[in-house]
Amino acid sequence: MPANRFNGFSDYGVGIGLRVPHYDHIFAEKPTVDWFEIISENYMVDGGRALQTLDQILDRYRVVQHGVSMYFGSSQPADREHLKRLKTLTRRTKTPWLSDHLCWGSVDGRYTHDLLPMPYTFEAVKATAARIREVQDYLEIPIAVENVSSYAEFHESQMTEWEFLNEVVEAADCGILLDVNNIYVSSQNHSFNPFDYVNSVPAERVAQIHIAGHSKFEKFILDTHDHPVLDPVWDLYARAIERVGPTATLLEWDDNIPSFDEVHSEALKATRYLTPAQSQKPVEEYAGEVVHQ
Amino acid sequence: MNLLELQRRMAQDVMRPLTSDFQMQPATADGSSTADLANTYIKPNDRLSSFERLEIYNRQYWFRVTGAVAEDFPAVGAVLGEKKFDNLVLAYLSENPSTSFTLRNLGSKLPKWLESHPEFSPRRHDLLLDIARLEWAYVEAFDGADLLPLTAADFGDLGAESQLFLQPHIQLLDLRYPVDELVLAVHRQTEPSDIMSNAVTERKQIKRARLPRMVRSQIHLAVHRYENSVYYRRVDHEAFRLLSALQGGTALGPALEVAFGESSFSPEEQAAKIQEYFAHASELGWFCKPQAG
Repeated sequence: MPANRFNGFSDYGVGIGLRVPHYDHIFAEKPTVDWFEIISENYMVDGGRALQTLDQILDRYRVVQHGVSMYFGSSQPADREHLKRLKTLTRRTKTPWLSDHLCWGSVDGRYTHDLLPMPYTFEAVKATAARIREVQDYLEIPIAVENVSSYAEFHESQMTEWEFLNEVVEAADCGILLDVNNIYVSSQNHSFNPFDYVNSVPAERVAQIHIAGHSKFEKFILDTHDHPVLDPVWDLYARAIERVGPTATLLEWDDNIPSFDEVHSEALKATRYLTPAQSQKPVEEYAGEVVHQ
Repeated sequence: MNLLELQRRMAQDVMRPLTSDFQMQPATADGSSTADLANTYIKPNDRLSSFERLEIYNRQYWFRVTGAVAEDFPAVGAVLGEKKFDNLVLAYLSENPSTSFTLRNLGSKLPKWLESHPEFSPRRHDLLLDIARLEWAYVEAFDGADLLPLTAADFGDLGAESQLFLQPHIQLLDLRYPVDELVLAVHRQTEPSDIMSNAVTERKQIKRARLPRMVRSQIHLAVHRYENSVYYRRVDHEAFRLLSALQGGTALGPALEVAFGESSFSPEEQAAKIQEYFAHASELGWFCKPQAG
């Protein structure tokens, strides 16, 4: 299950995001890390230190690309310059798969630089799947789409978020980057059972899993990536691994970034769930049971 | 509302400027109620109204884009102070929303835009312009392309009709104040960070920095990258004219005429100067082979 056509039949373990404050530590100490995830846009430049650093990392570590501005759900065509630069970078990193978000963020050539939520409509399914196919064909590598945290729902929606995800990935024939923290955040903001979501995802399409911390406010939760992973998110992760099998897992920590060792130790907590799962057969089909937190 | 209509509606609402205390505007420019607009497409829940849910994205947008511009222009911020800088960035972004997939390009039009906006600091407008131009030159030099430098043999083949290409990362600036000292003082106190991440963004405060006193005094700078660090190299008037002419595509012979056309140097002094310029430039790899394609 973990090595599948959506992650290039790779068998990666627990990774962390490659972030500037950790560069010195990584080059000085050369820690053992299963893999690093990079934000593609930070390296889609013509030259300079970012690319030199990336090349040094590539000499020693496995790298997977994660994007934040492909906006598969935007209703207008993809930016050709963006695609061209992205393809150049994939040749450099040899990323076995590439992920970006199931969201939109630009319209009429103007960019919000945010991961805006989709209306869960059949029209959006069709448009989004077409765009994913277009990008996948152009880049010639497997694409995994990530569910986002959201703070708003639309009157127009015709299905649940997980139904929308399932419709899109089937129509696009692509993989899923299952972010269990985002599922938790959205479940609290929109009052649904997060286990219903995890239990509904087509397990055979999950290429990678994200875990992260979030921040709780009085009336909503924000996906801040500035804390350790909280227990309810670990519970969801445990269920996801139970269903999907041991899958490449990445801890996101993007703000108030602590030391490399602290981030890496937090990520390695995932092995508590991954190691036992390696000797077990994943749950093959969701039988419809209700799993409570 | 179809997908495109919904995305246009939401983008317009998300990108509308905030109130002075960073809340969503209660009304649009034409007097329509923002709450009524939000109700037309966003569902309320048991804790948040449609307005409040939309406001989360409205605030995120502005915190993210203003934070990105502030990161590229910390010295402009340090000179203006927080309140005036906030107003400047808000006005700039309202007229120049992002048209690129990357936040890296968000500040590209700010120096030019500022030329026609002296209202933010009428008495120090020239100083502010020089700082903005140097800070953007830093961004361009930091990650501009670095092409193969010319070899000694290449230099041997040069004639008066030869065209010499400057490295794309080199930025030439004619400044009215010695702002290199001021910008360096501020940048030394600024920590590097990634351009983009996929976490939500908090509003960042401008750090207060001790600034050197600026007295009007013209300087010419070549902002360039060497071994992946950006340097501000002061060059004399003739070298600046020579490099600018070459960068503009003028052949070597005519470029030398431009450089020394108004100078009082004797032919021997000119020859010595030319030798000095070329020795420095080749040592730093400033001349390069043209970019393929």
